[in-house]
Amino acid sequence: MIRFEDVSKSYPDGTEAVRGFTLEAPTGCTTVLVGSSGCGKTTLLRMVNRMVDPTSGIVWIDDENVAEVPPVPLRRRIGYVMQNAGLLPHRLVIDNIATVPLLNGVPKAEAHRRASELMELVGLEPRMGKRYPDQLSGGQQQRVGVARGLAADPNILLMDEPFGAVDPLVRADLQAELLRIQRELHKTILFVTHDIAEALALGDQIVILAKGARIAQTGTPQEVVAEPADSFVADFLGLGRGSLDLHLRETPTGTLVLDAHGRPAGRLVGESRTDATA
Amino acid sequence: MNYFTQALAWIADPENLHGDGGLLARSWEQIWYTLLAVLVASVIAIPLGYLVGHTGRGRGLVVATSGAARALPTLGVVTLVGLIFGIGLFAPMVALVLLAVPSVLAGAYAGVEAIDPRTKDAARSMGMSEWQVLTKVEIPLGLPLLIGGLRSATLQVVATATLAAYVGAGGLGRFLFLGLKTQDYPQMLAAALLVMVIALILEGAYELAERQAAQRLRTH
Amino acid sequence: MTWVLANLQLIGSRTVSHLLLAVPAIVLSFVLALPLGWIANRFRWSRATLLSAAGLLYAIPSLPLFVVLPTILGFGVRDRLNVIVALTLYGIALMVRSAADALASVGAPVVLSSTALGYSAASRFFQVELPLAGPVLLAGLRVVAVSTISLVTVSSLLGVDNLGLLFVDGFQRGILAEVLTGIVATVLLALIVDGLLVLLGRLLMPWTAVRR
Repeated sequence: MIRFEDVSKSYPDGTEAVRGFTLEAPTGCTTVLVGSSGCGKTTLLRMVNRMVDPTSGIVWIDDENVAEVPPVPLRRRIGYVMQNAGLLPHRLVIDNIATVPLLNGVPKAEAHRRASELMELVGLEPRMGKRYPDQLSGGQQQRVGVARGLAADPNILLMDEPFGAVDPLVRADLQAELLRIQRELHKTILFVTHDIAEALALGDQIVILAKGARIAQTGTPQEVVAEPADSFVADFLGLGRGSLDLHLRETPTGTLVLDAHGRPAGRLVGESRTDATA
Repeated sequence: MNYFTQALAWIADPENLHGDGGLLARSWEQIWYTLLAVLVASVIAIPLGYLVGHTGRGRGLVVATSGAARALPTLGVVTLVGLIFGIGLFAPMVALVLLAVPSVLAGAYAGVEAIDPRTKDAARSMGMSEWQVLTKVEIPLGLPLLIGGLRSATLQVVATATLAAYVGAGGLGRFLFLGLKTQDYPQMLAAALLVMVIALILEGAYELAERQAAQRLRTH
Repeated sequence: MTWVLANLQLIGSRTVSHLLLAVPAIVLSFVLALPLGWIANRFRWSRATLLSAAGLLYAIPSLPLFVVLPTILGFGVRDRLNVIVALTLYGIALMVRSAADALASVGAPVVLSSTALGYSAASRFFQVELPLAGPVLLAGLRVVAVSTISLVTVSSLLGVDNLGLLFVDGFQRGILAEVLTGIVATVLLALIVDGLLVLLGRLLMPWTAVRR
């Protein structure tokens, strides 16, 4: 469990990135912080592994105040995945994944064996291990980033817009992959994104943030969509422009869902189709 | 009394300062040798650098030749050309131009090459001709790096121009070689100090030019 | 060509002395410039100071430096150490800027992500920042190596043994072939050392050679 207790962060120049933020991210669940850029969501994420220290307030991991843990060992037991993967360009993929175990003094052979398992888990072919990050596609690099975040078998995984820089098709793939991995591993994931669709797809708990990391609404994806707390949330969800007034149209290939402007919003699945998961 | 104060005393002595072979006249020679060498090098290297930077062709050749030119020992070139064409200013001028060309060339083509390709594409998409892309986009944006190249060329040349005296030309090198022959170290140190002062003055001029160039880029 | 063949031994021994002056100076300037470059990069106030000091150092004509340095350090004008110290000073002057630029060229995201992984500041410097600065450092080192090898020749005006003596002797005795040989040998030596550095770079930084 990660708990933010009345946390604030202000900078010497007077800007207040976070003001009086309180939240609990339950163990084994994915909590998604979603908001526009500059709302303080990344700052919150970095408080957990002490890349940023709060000006006031406490961040707890279970019963431990992170401010009392030295940052370097703290970071080695928390997985971190960032946009563009942040891989080390001068290390082979396998060594990138094994970075944290090697830092922790795990013997190289053992660390590589574990890294190979993780490559399989995130869907990378073994031969990719002997390449350099620059030789991989963006999506593959991101998979390496996820594998690296998991390498030390951390209880907590921090993900900072990890899929923000890949194209939509690959992103959907990576999201599905993350859901599968999470069903298997049950990590406590804190996930930051500005993409509400991604938040709804991945989150057990969604936290919609306004400027200064003010919580506009917290809830499950269903709750947030069904009952937006205010017009800010409704706007953020894209509900403010009537685009969620949906209706159906029958076509030869199935039933299409159209929004208020007649634009296709999706396809009805489950009735006539047999391969809905394909 | 140490060499340093002796050198200062040597500079202050009016007998050394004035006259045909005096410090002032030699300093002036040192300055115009430097400026002439950098000017000639610019005439050769700037158009060539723009050509390479703009077309992207011949880059490997230019890099390799510049590398080889950097390896050319100036003293060797001075003595070689001196042997062939006789003593005087020609031999050291050839050597100094060769010394200056790589830096100027690198500044010219790096300045053009370092520009974001999207900027150049944008210029083309607005209907600029290749010549306009060069003169309205690449040259102004590349100016700071070009000035940087000229600056390092000048700095190298001003110190090395002292070798001109080895083959009978003028400049502050006269005092160096005279001092070396007579083991008059204060005289050598005095000449070295003056070279540094000249270098400082030229550096100051470049600093101003670089600021001007940077300011123009911002306000345009 | 006849002159070269008749004097192979002389050329060989001059080349060896040349290298014995240049190589220590190149190595020393690299090793000493690295921490200076780090300081220039780390503290904002120090960058301008260090870089202008380096620029000024480079503006000292080499000949008087070769002569005046011994009077400060206390060894003879023809002492090889004297030449090595002077060349090292020039090398540092060139290398400090490269070292500062090289360390600055390491991308912020990589530094951020290695911090997040749990690298301590020291291990991050040696295991991440230094190797990633490698290509720019190498480019700087190549310039230092080539210009040092060329600059060694000036010390021959003091009578120090190296390939430059071929210019001085050839000029005084009017032997064109000797001067030409000196130039060609110096340039070749510089290009060979440069090539070796490139090879060394490929060996130490295999990731720079691969492209998608």
